[in-house]
Amino acid sequence: MADRTGHEVNETDSARPEQDWPLWEVFVRPHRGLAHTHAGSLHAPDACLALRNARDLFTRRSEGISLWVVPSAAITAVSPDEKDPFFAPAGDKAYRHPTFYDVPEGADHL
Amino acid sequence: MTGSGYLLSLGDDALIAAQRMTQWCASAPELEEDIALANIALDLLGQARALLSYAGAREGAGRDEDALAFLRDPEEFGNVQLVELPNGDFAVTIAKLLFFSVYQELLYDGLLRSRDSALAGIAGKAVKECAYHVDHAVCWTLRLGDGTAQSHARMSRAVDIIWPYTHALFIADAATAAQAACGVGVDPATLRAPWLDRVRPVFTEAGLDLPEGDWVPLHGRRGEHTESFGLLLTQMQALHRAYPGARW
Repeated sequence: MADRTGHEVNETDSARPEQDWPLWEVFVRPHRGLAHTHAGSLHAPDACLALRNARDLFTRRSEGISLWVVPSAAITAVSPDEKDPFFAPAGDKAYRHPTFYDVPEGADHL
Repeated sequence: MTGSGYLLSLGDDALIAAQRMTQWCASAPELEEDIALANIALDLLGQARALLSYAGAREGAGRDEDALAFLRDPEEFGNVQLVELPNGDFAVTIAKLLFFSVYQELLYDGLLRSRDSALAGIAGKAVKECAYHVDHAVCWTLRLGDGTAQSHARMSRAVDIIWPYTHALFIADAATAAQAACGVGVDPATLRAPWLDRVRPVFTEAGLDLPEGDWVPLHGRRGEHTESFGLLLTQMQALHRAYPGARW
């Protein structure tokens, strides 16, 4: 398309930006009363567009009524090599496990 | 009685906008934007199908949505030239989407009060989709206009290229004027002021100048189209013309 406006536009400077968009983690809440759960991740230049991209990628089929996006860099996670001591269950401490009462009928998401 | 000509021009706008937007598929700047543009194209295609099917039924000549989309020649299409213009760079695409989706949202909002309940129903579904298209276009107009020197220059250039083609959105052809007069359609001239009220603050915030020229290139509603339109239509219609009635 011809540039009829006289604006100087440097076409050679149109290569991809040097840095890709940052990564964001997406959390979707499927129903009122449930917790947000991790749905996946995406790239976006900022939080506002991350929400919109998340809407396109994760909620187009009525999967959710609420969305959170979090910069992946802001998440602190355990490292794989400290996994064992971190999560080793105390199997002998039965009182830690809620197995001593019946879940009432109809309480699906307790 | 809603005229098929009016419905056709509304449907052609959506169909050609969808077909043009689809050309970004697999070549948008980022994967996420690729999906966003494809979603918008699909919304527009859905609007086109509803409008063309209804136009075919109103016409009563046995033409369904496929016959109307795939078996008409360029001069029989009543879409405005804005929607057929080449995508250009990403800024041109965003300028087109901003101008067109704001117009469409106002138009469908007006059609909610149409005396034709079927048309009002189509508008009711479409107006929500257009609100999202506007949101997407506004997001990018702000970022490109108020971004780097490069993005600002690109967006300014895009606006200058697309601006002349916006005027035809607000000019009623005979079919549109007749439908507006009997309360079925919307007189597009009444949408111009609210359209400017929506677009101007976006430009102000984005640091862009709204052009002032009022030169109108040609009238797509009368079947006058740009050179690129023939190629777009040929690609869109090739399969159906080669294999009539082909199904997946």
